[in-house]
Amino acid sequence: MNTAVVGAGQEGPLLNVEGLVISHGAVPITAPLNIAVERGETIAIVGESGSGKTLTARAIAGILPPGINATGAVTLDGIPLLRLAERELRKIRGFRVSMLMQDPFTMLNPLMRCGDHINEMLRGRPEFASRAARAAEVKRRLAEVGIVDEDVARRMPFQLSGGMCQRVALAAALARDPELLIADEPSTALDVTTQAEIIRLLRRVQRERHMSLILITHNLRLAFSTCERIYVLYAGSLLEVGDAAAVERQPFHPYTLGLLLSEPPADIRVPRLVAIRGSVARAADVVDSCGFADRCDWAKQICRAGKPPLVARDASRFTACVRQDEIQGELDALRTAALSAAPMTLRPDPTEGALVRVDALVKTFVGARGRPIRAVKDISLRIMPGESVGLVGESGSGKTTLGRCLVGLETPTAGDISIDGIAAADFDAMAKADRARVRRTIQMIFQDPYSTLNPRHSVGQALSEALGASAGATSPATPDRIAALLADVGLSAAYATRRPASLSGGERQRVAIARALAVKPAVLVCDEPVSALDVSVQAQVLNLFKRLQAEHGLAYLFITHDLAVVRQIADRIYVLYLGEIVEEGPTERVIGDPQHPYTRRLIESIPRSANQRAP
Amino acid sequence: MTGSSVVVFVMRRFAVAIPLLLVISFGVFALVHIAPGDPVRSLLGARASDPATLAAIRERYHLDDPFLVQYFKWLWQVAQGDLGVSIQGNRAVTSTIADRLGVTIFLSLMSTVLVLGLGVLLGAVAAFRHGTRLDRAVVMFGVFGISSPAFVTGIFLLYVFGALLHLFPIFGPGTGFLDRAWHLTLPALALAISVMAIVIKITRAAMIEELDQDYVTFARARGLSSRRITFAYVLRNALIPVVTAAGLIVVGIVAGAIYVEVTFSLPGLGALTVDAVQKRDIPTIQGTTLLFSVFVVLVNLAIDVIYMLIDPRIRFGRVES
Repeated sequence: MNTAVVGAGQEGPLLNVEGLVISHGAVPITAPLNIAVERGETIAIVGESGSGKTLTARAIAGILPPGINATGAVTLDGIPLLRLAERELRKIRGFRVSMLMQDPFTMLNPLMRCGDHINEMLRGRPEFASRAARAAEVKRRLAEVGIVDEDVARRMPFQLSGGMCQRVALAAALARDPELLIADEPSTALDVTTQAEIIRLLRRVQRERHMSLILITHNLRLAFSTCERIYVLYAGSLLEVGDAAAVERQPFHPYTLGLLLSEPPADIRVPRLVAIRGSVARAADVVDSCGFADRCDWAKQICRAGKPPLVARDASRFTACVRQDEIQGELDALRTAALSAAPMTLRPDPTEGALVRVDALVKTFVGARGRPIRAVKDISLRIMPGESVGLVGESGSGKTTLGRCLVGLETPTAGDISIDGIAAADFDAMAKADRARVRRTIQMIFQDPYSTLNPRHSVGQALSEALGASAGATSPATPDRIAALLADVGLSAAYATRRPASLSGGERQRVAIARALAVKPAVLVCDEPVSALDVSVQAQVLNLFKRLQAEHGLAYLFITHDLAVVRQIADRIYVLYLGEIVEEGPTERVIGDPQHPYTRRLIESIPRSANQRAP
Repeated sequence: MTGSSVVVFVMRRFAVAIPLLLVISFGVFALVHIAPGDPVRSLLGARASDPATLAAIRERYHLDDPFLVQYFKWLWQVAQGDLGVSIQGNRAVTSTIADRLGVTIFLSLMSTVLVLGLGVLLGAVAAFRHGTRLDRAVVMFGVFGISSPAFVTGIFLLYVFGALLHLFPIFGPGTGFLDRAWHLTLPALALAISVMAIVIKITRAAMIEELDQDYVTFARARGLSSRRITFAYVLRNALIPVVTAAGLIVVGIVAGAIYVEVTFSLPGLGALTVDAVQKRDIPTIQGTTLLFSVFVVLVNLAIDVIYMLIDPRIRFGRVES
């Protein structure tokens, strides 16, 4: 790989990564990577889980976990970072290169006041020798990241929200005025509206300081809207590199296109998402072939003949696809086709015959020192048979509590729930036969399928257990019925003998769905069912939900924070804010013409690039 | 949480400790009656049993009153600092204890400093060199120490450093601070080694966990010095579980002092207790047991308060989201 990705800077790039190989013992984690960052430039490294993007970031900062090695050259302004001793690196970190990490709650020392995280960075500089000077500087630094409340410096991290913690962490990372900031998924762990704020803040700070920024993200849309250049990383190899606007307009690599199409669009509803089949490959398995070949619709013999190098195809555009010339026309056509909206099928407004009715539901928890926490305040909603209903809200909106009340995992403090005509507010107070019927009518899918599957049980055991609970089950579940269930969720019968640990995230979620389907439910409560999945896999699972709804006439209550997901799946939406429904209506109307200020804020928080914003 | 609520917290803990102390004192008092034989005989000990002495004892310990009345009268005397008279030598129990207390306090303090200092140091070294031979050697040393009783370790140390190398004296408490420290080094070490494994293990596990935390990585990414990271991040945070266990360790050391004092023939409280048990000297047993129990309760109280002071998550009352 000899195509140095060098921009048009006069004195060379600030950071130049050449032939960086990260490995864990003998197992390679990345193929040789070349990355260049100009002064004041913002680049994105985009990749799914297992692509090696976080380790690449940590290799640049010189903080790889023990046991992981990096070879190659990382040059910062002429200084070879990989060859420096730890003692020398300390003078670089913080002062020239700094890093921001993903989880705001674990990034700050839980026993240290927020201000001290910035304060400790200032010590040892003569101008901040006095305590008062440091305190004044901490105040100024917090103001830079938009914290004007002086009390924050004295608070402990756990007393602040995630967004606030992320701001404090950013101020701490910037306290020694680095020239390059590496931000590793800085907004992923945050709520939708906070995400947008943090990204805006990062952009502003980057511009004001004329600092270079490397944004590590799994979200292609976010990368397009934030960065000037994009590096697409897959299974440890760079598959496509180029100017953000150009890549977005016309991706050169099938994987980039696949990622783009997999991301559910927020502004239109497509009949079917174009999903990438299979799941993310491991770098060690694709050392001698194109990493994406096994999932690519255009893969030929030549793709598996050796690792294709990243080659220039256009002005500052690089792709690792050897067949790009031949297939570009097909890629473009697919892109155009996927962007056409589905015809709207308007359902009549829900009136009579609701499958699930919730009336004036209240759930209050007892918090610390007996303070009541009102998670759900007076919520009423309806789910019609075969209808897909979205419940949109951020953390703390009460959406999960509501879902748990529906399936009897929580007992509401007040209000009525009726499922298929049976009063189901208090599962303990129901007749046994009624309870059994309700449990068969309504089933739940959780965000993390792994924790809901017994690791000791094979997939077949888990499913036969569920089949045994279905109506009128007398004989034990036959392999045929298990195979039929697996086929329903797109898995082969061979999966029955596997254990959860050997499955990928998408496969586990499919098994969890199959298990829920075993009792032939009429409605599924899905609590963030795709938010833990990689983008390319998320599209497959969303398509599965759509197909199952059409085939079985299932109704859904889709609980999510992601408007784009809800746009693809829900007929009707309830927007939940602080335990109350602030807006409801058909999906198209709520997203296309939001009435409530909170709904508007949610919609504005969806990252959009300049291309998309243009009318 | 403000200063006044810290006071409220301490007061609340005290309120819990008082009934506990009452229950213990009741048990200690009942010793006289639980011991086989006539309580008068138990309290008489080796003295001649003429009617006058017997009557004096009945009068002194109110043995003619109902049981509960006896208890309250005894409790009142204890509260005034009167623990009765030892059956040997007819001395007040309080003054016997006062004579012996110095050696035991010195020994326990020295041992505690050794356990916490050396234990945390070794645990930290093992954590930083996690997975290496040094790590395994430290852990093995700890396991070895905890599996051999303090008196065995004591005899071993006596033999090697006292009898063979003549580096330390082999008996006696010494006079003056330095001489006493020199005399008590081996006993304190024997005592420390027997409980050090707990501190090593907890420190090591906590530090390995801390080293793996995001905030330690973030601190490194910001270029903080290794000294700052080690002390303000890793060690500071890892010490919380160590402090929690410290109560247990201090109590274990004081209990272990009994064996070690006998092994090294030190005139401390432990030796006094053993001696009193052998001679069935009930008032002295009552005195030392009561003192020991009060000590255990107070140590636990102190640990609770320290724990609250060093972990702000407790102080501020973390709200679960």
